[in-house]
Amino acid sequence: MSASRTTAPTRDVGARSSRSSAARKEARTAWLMSSPALLLLLLFLGIPIVLTFALSFTNARLISPNPPAFIGLNNFIRAFSSDPTFIRSLTNTAFFALVVVPCQSGLALALAILVNQKVRGVTAFRTMIFMPVVTSMVVVSILWSFFYEKDGLFNSILNTLTGGGWTAVAWLNNPGTAMPAIILLSIWQAVGLHMIIWLSGLQGIDPALYEAAALDGVNGWQRFRYVTWPGLHSTMVFILVTITIAALGLFVQVDVMTSGGPQDATSTLVYHAVRKGYREQDMGYGSAISLIFFIAVLVISLIQRRLTREDD
Amino acid sequence: MTTATNAVDAPEQTAQRTVRRRGRAATKRRSKILTYLGLTVAAIVAVFPLLFMIFSSLKPDAQIFAHLGTLKAFLPVGDLSLDNYEGVFERVPAGRFIANSVIVTVAIVGLGLIVNSMIGFAISRMRWKGKNLILSLVLATLMVPFETIAVPLVFWVAKLPSIQWAVDGFLLKQGMLNTYQVQILPYVANALAIFLFAQHFGDIPKEIDEAARVDGASWWTIYRKIVVPLSGPTFATVAIITMLPAWNSYLWPLMVVQQESMRPVSVGMQYFFQLNPVWGQIMAYGTLITLPVLVIFVLFQRSFVQSLAGTAVKG
Repeated sequence: MSASRTTAPTRDVGARSSRSSAARKEARTAWLMSSPALLLLLLFLGIPIVLTFALSFTNARLISPNPPAFIGLNNFIRAFSSDPTFIRSLTNTAFFALVVVPCQSGLALALAILVNQKVRGVTAFRTMIFMPVVTSMVVVSILWSFFYEKDGLFNSILNTLTGGGWTAVAWLNNPGTAMPAIILLSIWQAVGLHMIIWLSGLQGIDPALYEAAALDGVNGWQRFRYVTWPGLHSTMVFILVTITIAALGLFVQVDVMTSGGPQDATSTLVYHAVRKGYREQDMGYGSAISLIFFIAVLVISLIQRRLTREDD
Repeated sequence: MTTATNAVDAPEQTAQRTVRRRGRAATKRRSKILTYLGLTVAAIVAVFPLLFMIFSSLKPDAQIFAHLGTLKAFLPVGDLSLDNYEGVFERVPAGRFIANSVIVTVAIVGLGLIVNSMIGFAISRMRWKGKNLILSLVLATLMVPFETIAVPLVFWVAKLPSIQWAVDGFLLKQGMLNTYQVQILPYVANALAIFLFAQHFGDIPKEIDEAARVDGASWWTIYRKIVVPLSGPTFATVAIITMLPAWNSYLWPLMVVQQESMRPVSVGMQYFFQLNPVWGQIMAYGTLITLPVLVIFVLFQRSFVQSLAGTAVKG
């Protein structure tokens, strides 16, 4: 990956200058071809990132006659010292990620091993397990809110299974069950995606390794432990990082199903940022929460990368 | 027919072999049965909510509730009709929401394919100072979740100009809120798409470029006439991975589109909860905006799954 070098030994000055003018032209065309994407990235990613930093130190409001004023670290101090909903959102987000990341990735791996078997019709099963992934999270959330209602599907099923002995629970209206309910549907929706990623990792393992293991007479668990799992290392790192980032960004389910309630039991960092920064128009504070969210994402994925680095 | 005559030759040996083979076959069969059992359970868990939605959309509300807790909830039985679908279009401008989503999705995918493939081409096949820096910067942005910048981005797009169509031509208006542009432009340039294009274009032999250059072809010609036609599968992959988030987007249009007539399907869902919710209609609307995606997915299942898996491994 070296940059352009025009060091070809040539005595012909004319040829060299025409070559360098061709190189200049090439560079100009390259910039021209890149410019639409670069302009869009600058406008809708670069500037907003800078704005997130800049606004989080101000008292900017979405619609306001006064220009934003610099208020130093006040937004951050306010978040950690006088906003219990923020603290609650932070712990909720952490709880959600701590449960979803291992459960979803583990379940996805088990499913991947299952759909990696060479049995007839396995593609049809893969397709079905993947269907929730292509379904919009808004639709999924609405559907599951119906399941979670007091006279909804889950209570009815539990009632049938227990022969009428089940006391109906309004899952989303109860601070103790609301977050677990959201966790369950979140795992259901995305597990197929991570199954497919694990599956591609499984299929990338050299079959010769399995043959060698078979010659050594290993059992099923040893085969997994010493052949499959080491072969999945880079897949595992990728899945861990992407699930974590997705989990920390939890928003749609909360917005559609509970609006952060009951009693802030399902409020999350992104939900709180949108509530403060957009709905209550407190842009500066919303930006500060977004920045805290971003730093959390960055720190956690860096830690994960370091922890999962292969020592060789 | 011939097996009978073979078996006569060495009856004892054959019997032994058969027993061993049967033993192995039995373990194999048992593991196969377990596999099918696991697959069936997983498939049922994955599909039952969608089946419930689709079949409930055909039933009146009273029957949806009557069927709850029984197997009938997941079967197309009872008074089936398309009344709920009619109700959807009477209650909300569903046609408009769907059209909006189609416009926005097609524009994001179409513009994205052009813009991202051009920069991918420049990075992977041309020599210029700064391309490595640009590539690293683009890849670094993959670490920034959209949710981080969403709130400040609203502040920003409210100040950006937008182009308006008027009777006497185009004019610039201050503020991008409530337009298609604000729903499209932030999603067009996509770091993952750029990376994929750069990687796949890099796999095409560079000798082709040199030959074409000698023949006097410009870089634009090489891009359009050689590299793009050779990269159909890459374009399909990028189209697939950009299409889904575009169709399903929720947070961004929720914040920047207040005007009902400009809203996409996912935000349109809210309108069903403004008065008393009719669940049959909600299920019908959900089916309406999910079924096209499901059908596309099943039809292109193979390339769909491969592209997502491939992206992941390379990303």
